[in-house]
Amino acid sequence: MKRDKKQKFIKTQVTPVEPCDETAMIEVQHLTKKFDDLKVLDNISEKIYAGEKVAVIGPSGSGKSTFLRCLNVLEDPTDGYVFFEGNNLCDLRVDINVQRRRMGMVFQHFNLFNNMNVLKNITLAPVHVAMQDLRRAQFKNLWLKFCNLFKGKDKKITVPPLQTSAKKIKEDAAANAMRLLKRIGLEDKANVYPSTLSGGQRQRIAIVRALAMNPKVILFDEPTSALDPEMVGEVLQLIKELANEGMTMVIVTHEMNFAKEVATRVMFMDGGHVMEQGTPEEIFTNPKNERLKEFLSKVL
Amino acid sequence: MIYSVSAGFFENLAEIFTSTVYLKMIGQGLLSTLIISVGAGVLGLVLGTLVAVVKIQPKNKWLIAPKFICNVYVTIIRGTPMALQLFIMAFVIFAIRGFPMEITAIIAFGINSGAYVSENIRAGILSVDRGQTEASRALGISSGFTMMRIVIPQGMKNVIPAIGNELIALIKETSIVSMIGMIDLTAVAKIIGSGERLASYLVPMLVVALCYLAIVYLLTLVIKLIERRLRKSEKR
Repeated sequence: MKRDKKQKFIKTQVTPVEPCDETAMIEVQHLTKKFDDLKVLDNISEKIYAGEKVAVIGPSGSGKSTFLRCLNVLEDPTDGYVFFEGNNLCDLRVDINVQRRRMGMVFQHFNLFNNMNVLKNITLAPVHVAMQDLRRAQFKNLWLKFCNLFKGKDKKITVPPLQTSAKKIKEDAAANAMRLLKRIGLEDKANVYPSTLSGGQRQRIAIVRALAMNPKVILFDEPTSALDPEMVGEVLQLIKELANEGMTMVIVTHEMNFAKEVATRVMFMDGGHVMEQGTPEEIFTNPKNERLKEFLSKVL
Repeated sequence: MIYSVSAGFFENLAEIFTSTVYLKMIGQGLLSTLIISVGAGVLGLVLGTLVAVVKIQPKNKWLIAPKFICNVYVTIIRGTPMALQLFIMAFVIFAIRGFPMEITAIIAFGINSGAYVSENIRAGILSVDRGQTEASRALGISSGFTMMRIVIPQGMKNVIPAIGNELIALIKETSIVSMIGMIDLTAVAKIIGSGERLASYLVPMLVVALCYLAIVYLLTLVIKLIERRLRKSEKR
């Protein structure tokens, strides 16, 4: 492997990198996470394939959220590697921002940007990315023009015209955002600030914000835990719709009925280990692990 | 005549406001005070923001030296008297004949103000919820852009009152520039008071105090306006 030669670029070096499975969308190898002396995740190896809806359940403090946050390296793993479509996210040479653009994330506390209105919240990231590309293209053209000054008349390089403009990028992003807002029925809230919205509305906008980047996979970190019981339904409905469209998802949740309905695979975590996993029928009707039986008897 | 006729309070007041020479002097003093305050305020804000941003970065081997420099800067500037810093700036660092005094003063006061402002801004940045940064980073936005567009605007909102305090203190602190021979409002008051026509410090000092009060009051209004503008997003 090419990567093995330059191990110094890789943050976690304890275990050697194994060749990753190219067919898996996300692959986790020997993932270990320690907070000081507390071992939250202990040597987890897992693969998530395209189109799967993985529900992660477990008691609190079992490392579910940490596992999810390690998937897009919001937490640096202490040991082990995370691969996303064949890119090692723990490798410092991989541009983590480019990889994260293809993984959406939805948080428990929504985390909408409080200083921007709803439309700006949704368009911020797409516009930023497109403007970066535009600026890079402009700079390249400038460099070509500069090079042309020193070349003979017949040797000049033709400067490719720019495909977009700043105005067009903004308009496209706004149109896309309005389309998404219309889908969740909140197009009249485009110009209000997040503080005026209810919890359910905020969470739906947070989901739409993740969708605006056209991600390959969305990570949900307890999307309904901070909501009123009344609001839970509308958010789960939206997630269900997305699932039916074939989006790959990893959902950390306490809503067992929802996990039963939506997930194609349920993962039960406890004490930093994946104790048991399987289809929802297997897990909920015929649990084998003692800890899982105890957990299910309490929550169901 | 050594002892001039000690006129009454109102006669002195009338003397100042009717004499074009005195009014012109006060105007010039006001102008130089304003130039120094505005320049130093802007420099202090920029410097303070930079220092604050460097200081809150997580551990990183590339940032060990910049962080050390920032810490030393804040410690030294906050630990030594302003007058001393001004002297060193004027008579050691910029001891060049013909170097404009205004620039010396602006740099000295700006550097001094930056140290105080940096701690205020650092408090503001730390007051922003970590979730905001995480949400932005999870969308694939770089840390610099996150800081510029999401964290600093929200943090600034929380520290506007503290920064206003610092700016007001700065304006009044500029009165010590007369020590390096600049003529600002306070120096003008001293000159007028020690002049032949009215040998009394009370009236010119009061007039100048009114000028300071006016500047500070205007600044307070502006800060209020900015704060209201920034708090627009909190309306419910």
